This record gives sequence, structure tokens and C-alpha cells, in this order.
Amino acid sequence: MNEFIQTILSGISIGCVYGLVALGFVLIFKATEVINFAQGELLMLGAFLCYTLITFLNFPYWAALLVTIILMGLFGLVLERTVLRSLVGEPVYAIVIVTIGISFFLRSAVSMIPGWGTDTYGFQTPFTEQYVRTGQLVLSWEQLSVIMIAAILIVILFSFFRYTRVGTAMRATSQNQLAAVYMGISVTRVFSLTWTIAAVLGGIGGILLAPITFVHMNMGFIGLKAFPAAVLGGFRSLPGAIVGGLIIGITESLAGFYLPKGWKDVAAWIILIGVLMIRPQGLFGIQEKKKV
Amino acid sequence: MRFLMKTKYYQDIRLFKYRSTFFWYLALVVGCFALPSLLDDYLISQMTFICMYAVAAVGLMLLTGYTGQVSMGHAAFFAIGSYTSAILTAHGVPFLAALPMAGIFAGMVGVFIGRPILHLTGLYLAIATMGFAFIVDEGLVRWESLTKGNMGYYLKPPNIGPLVFDTEIRFYYLAFVVLILTLLAARNILRAPLGRAMIAIRDSEVASEAIGINLARFKTMAFAISAFFTGIAGCLYAHKVLFINPESYTIFLSVELLAMVIIGGLGSLHGAVFGAAFFIFLPQLIIMTKDYLPVYLQKQTGLEPALFGLLIVLVMLFEPLGIYGRWLKTKFYFEMFPLYKKDSFKREKKYQKAERH
Repeated sequence: MNEFIQTILSGISIGCVYGLVALGFVLIFKATEVINFAQGELLMLGAFLCYTLITFLNFPYWAALLVTIILMGLFGLVLERTVLRSLVGEPVYAIVIVTIGISFFLRSAVSMIPGWGTDTYGFQTPFTEQYVRTGQLVLSWEQLSVIMIAAILIVILFSFFRYTRVGTAMRATSQNQLAAVYMGISVTRVFSLTWTIAAVLGGIGGILLAPITFVHMNMGFIGLKAFPAAVLGGFRSLPGAIVGGLIIGITESLAGFYLPKGWKDVAAWIILIGVLMIRPQGLFGIQEKKKV
Repeated sequence: MRFLMKTKYYQDIRLFKYRSTFFWYLALVVGCFALPSLLDDYLISQMTFICMYAVAAVGLMLLTGYTGQVSMGHAAFFAIGSYTSAILTAHGVPFLAALPMAGIFAGMVGVFIGRPILHLTGLYLAIATMGFAFIVDEGLVRWESLTKGNMGYYLKPPNIGPLVFDTEIRFYYLAFVVLILTLLAARNILRAPLGRAMIAIRDSEVASEAIGINLARFKTMAFAISAFFTGIAGCLYAHKVLFINPESYTIFLSVELLAMVIIGGLGSLHGAVFGAAFFIFLPQLIIMTKDYLPVYLQKQTGLEPALFGLLIVLVMLFEPLGIYGRWLKTKFYFEMFPLYKKDSFKREKKYQKAERH
């Protein structure tokens, strides 16, 4: 029973990271109809930045977190302004290929920066080697902290979209860009903000993931797991992305523990295909009615 | 600018629009046959890779460019083609029989998985096919009694009767002939009712259903044909590299194939070939220009993929319609010569007003 609870808990904590990355996918897709294949690489970049700040510049953990968030936000802003802005109005598939190109570039560029390279790194967090004991159960603070930070972030994000003017403008843009323009919303500025938030989410995801999988140039491949998470949730729904992430994380964790080797990587996909066969629009998606 | 007087309906769907087009293509084919005598073995081998990737890209183009169904799992069909022919030839089946059987088996798998997932649309279909590719890849690793798992599978050079394709030139001719047959087949599919139904589905599913096109049937057929060609390409690949293991068939191959058809230019068979050439030749060009860079950069292993990614971004930034789009514009420029207007192809930058929820 203890093993079961611990497996579930580690599933939830990795699921939170998937959920955060998936949120980045969903945000960008809702606002701009683009699937951002570089989301996983944004996560990797965030982890590397945080690693540099903590190891080379001796920042305390929380300060490093804050600085990484700011740097990642700037990065997202610059990326949108320099590359993606000029593609507004072009066919969506062209923009998708551009994001694939960006992901290639970021992954290899990281390996060329002095001090980063292709090795695997780790860094100390206030939660390393800390445990909570409740009866027979031993819970690691690393996992608990991931869950808590993710939960706080989700609450902030939801209240941002629900209660602020900018959040409302973003929701309006995601529903109908033309109507949003008529209402005086600067759609291009909304796009910038969307990419900024997505880059920040990726960065935080990277910092949270770093103690679990360590920092290396291929950690962005986790984006491939966040993908089914986002689709499972319906790809247009923000709560759906989190729920999808949790489902994928828990499934993976259970499959890794109880099933023979090899099932861990496939389990998430089998669940995904199964769900899509029954509900083609994902769990929280709304079936779109096409007009001729 | 040439004007064609059409007197029969057949003229709309004939294989070559003008008679001169036929001769230009003939000249191209003859040129490609003569080419190996000018090149060294390494370049010939690169040409072979272009031919086989072009076969796979034509397969994906039929599905994505003409039927409008995005697949991110074509590496799976590529792998199925490779392993089918590897296992068949290892059991003594002649190569000439194994080649079509690899395609047919991949096509059958395409029907089998296409049927349940083709009611998904757009993004959901892309992700479901990606999941299928992951499952196939894991299956190749785990089903060791059949595929030898990560150990990999060794093959012998293929032969047709006494003719063994063991030199670069011979294999190039084999791949080139297969490419030409593939292109002819694809061109004929596209002008037949099947192909026109596929294009109708791409343009509007609702409208094509209203004029009596059975969506499920034609989508499944497009999926199967696409899988067939990709399987053939996989078979060629296996017999070219002579050693296959699941490492060669990851998600990157799927993404690469998709990027090939998009960079080449969606909705044209030319685009499939251009895309394959782009993906094979660009890394070569990058290696060639490497000598001119600072020493620190030269030593980096990540340099080539980084430049490659950067070039993909630049190509799409300057030509979102792909290489074939650029080709059309260039041709149009010369046809219209003094009267060409830069804005003829300009797209309006517009905000989406789609009824979205």
C-alpha cells in the first residue's frame, strides 16, 4: 500500500511538470493556432539558466528561480518579436515547421555554449535530501515541492485569466481574433504576451524537473510527453492540460512500477489513443461544428 | 505565357499539360541516368538517399498535401517496410518480391490503424499517429525473437536474378527507377477519381461528403496508399544501409518527413522531391562551409544541427509556401517578364475570424 501511494505521488509530481509544459502548448495554440514544438526546449533552456545561476554565480535557489523567470520571459518576448511576429497570417503549418527549426537550433546551441555542453548536471535545491515521515510513509520534499509550486502557479494563472483586464483580452483573442481587434484589443501584443507566458511556464517546468531528471541537453524531449497530456485534455482547455498531465504522469508511474519493462513509455500513448477513439475531441474539448 | 485551347474534357487531366513538358521531363530522366558517371561514390550515395526519401515524401504528400490529413507517425510505416523486407529476404524470399510485399504489408497496417483513428481531425490525428509510431518503435525493441531488438538486423545487398546491387551506382539506378515508378503511380492516382476525391476532402470535408464521397473509405485509402509508398522507401533504406535497428525509426524521422513535404511545398509532387533534396543536401552544404568558420565553432558537434535548424527557420520565414512555391514564383516572373508584379502572390496578413470556442 505504501509503495502504491508513493508511486502515485511520484506520478503526480511528474504529472505536474507535464501539465505545466502542456499549459504552454495550450496557451500558444489557443491564442495563435500554432503548435509550438520548441516548448520542451524552452524547458531545457530554463533548467540550464537556473543551473548556471546557482552553480557559477552562487545565487540562492529562490533568487535564481526569480531571475530565470524574468530571463525566460524576455527570451519568449524576443523570440516572438523577431521570428514569429512576421509569420502572422501565413499558413499554420509553415509556422509549425519554424518552431521545429527553433527546437533543433536551441538544442544544439546549448551544447555549444561554454560550461553547458552535452554533459548531465544537477544542482542543490532547499528540498534536496529532505523527507517527511507520516507513519510508514516516507515522502520526499522534492516531489512535494514540485506539486506545491505547480499548484500555486496554476492558481496564479487562473486568477490572471479570470480577473485581470489583460487576461480577459487574451481570452477574447483566443475566441475570435477579428472581434477582439474590433473591440480595441492589440492582438499582436496579446501574441507577445502569450509567448512570454509560455516561455516562463517552460522555464519553471525545467527548474522543477531538474532535481528529478537532472539538467542535460535532451531534457526537452519531455515535451513529447506533455503533448499527449495537452491532447488528452482537449488542447483548448487550460484545466484539461493539467488533468491530462496528471493522468499521463500517474499512468506512467504505475506502469513503470507494476508492468514489465518497456510499458512505461508506451502506456501514456495507449491511454491517449484509447481516449481519442471514444472522445475524438479529448476529455475537456468541445466538439467543433464545421461550417461549409 | 502560353495559352492552351481545350477541346476535350480529357485535356484537363492528362499526364503532361503541354507536349514540351513531356520532353523536359524525359531530358531530366536521361540526365539523371547519365549523372553517376560524373560523380564520385559519395555523391552518388547521397543521390540514392534523395531518391528513397523522395519516395517516402511522395507517400506523405499524398496524405498530407493532397488529402489534408497530417501524420506524425510515418516513421512507423518506414520501419515496417524495412523490417518486413529484412525478415522476408532473410528467409529466402527474392528481393523483387520482398519490395512490393514490404509496401503492401505497410499499407495493410495503414488500413488496420487508419480505420479507427481517421475520424480524428487535424492535430488529434497527428498526435494519434505519433502515438502509433511510438508503440511500433517500442514493439521493435521488445519483440526480440522477430526483430532482434536493439542488436539490430544485418542484411545482404539485394539482387534481382544474377544482378547484385552492391555498388553505389547500381543501387542508385534501382532507387531512381523506383522513384520514377512512384511518381508515375502518384500522378496517375491524382488524376483518377480517387485522387480527385482526396483533393476534394482536403478542400472541404463537408462539401465532399455532400457530393457523395465516402469520407471514411477515401481517407482510409489515402492512408493505405501513403503507408504503401513509405513502406517501399523503408525497404529500399534497409537494403541500402544493410544494418537496421529501432534507433533509425524514431519520432525524428516522422518529423523530418513531415518537414520535407512542408518545406518542399505542400500539394505538389515536385515539392516532395525538392524537400527530400533539401534535407539531404543541406547538411552537406553546411559541412562544406564549415572550413570558413572560426576554429572554436568548427570543433563543436552541435554546429551542424544548429545551422540546420536556423536554415529551416530562415527558409520558412522567407518562403512560407515552400521551395515549390518559390519555383512557381520564379517561373511566373519569367513568363510575365516585364509585367511581373511583386504583389501577385502576396497574402493579406489577416486575423482569424474562425468560429472558435
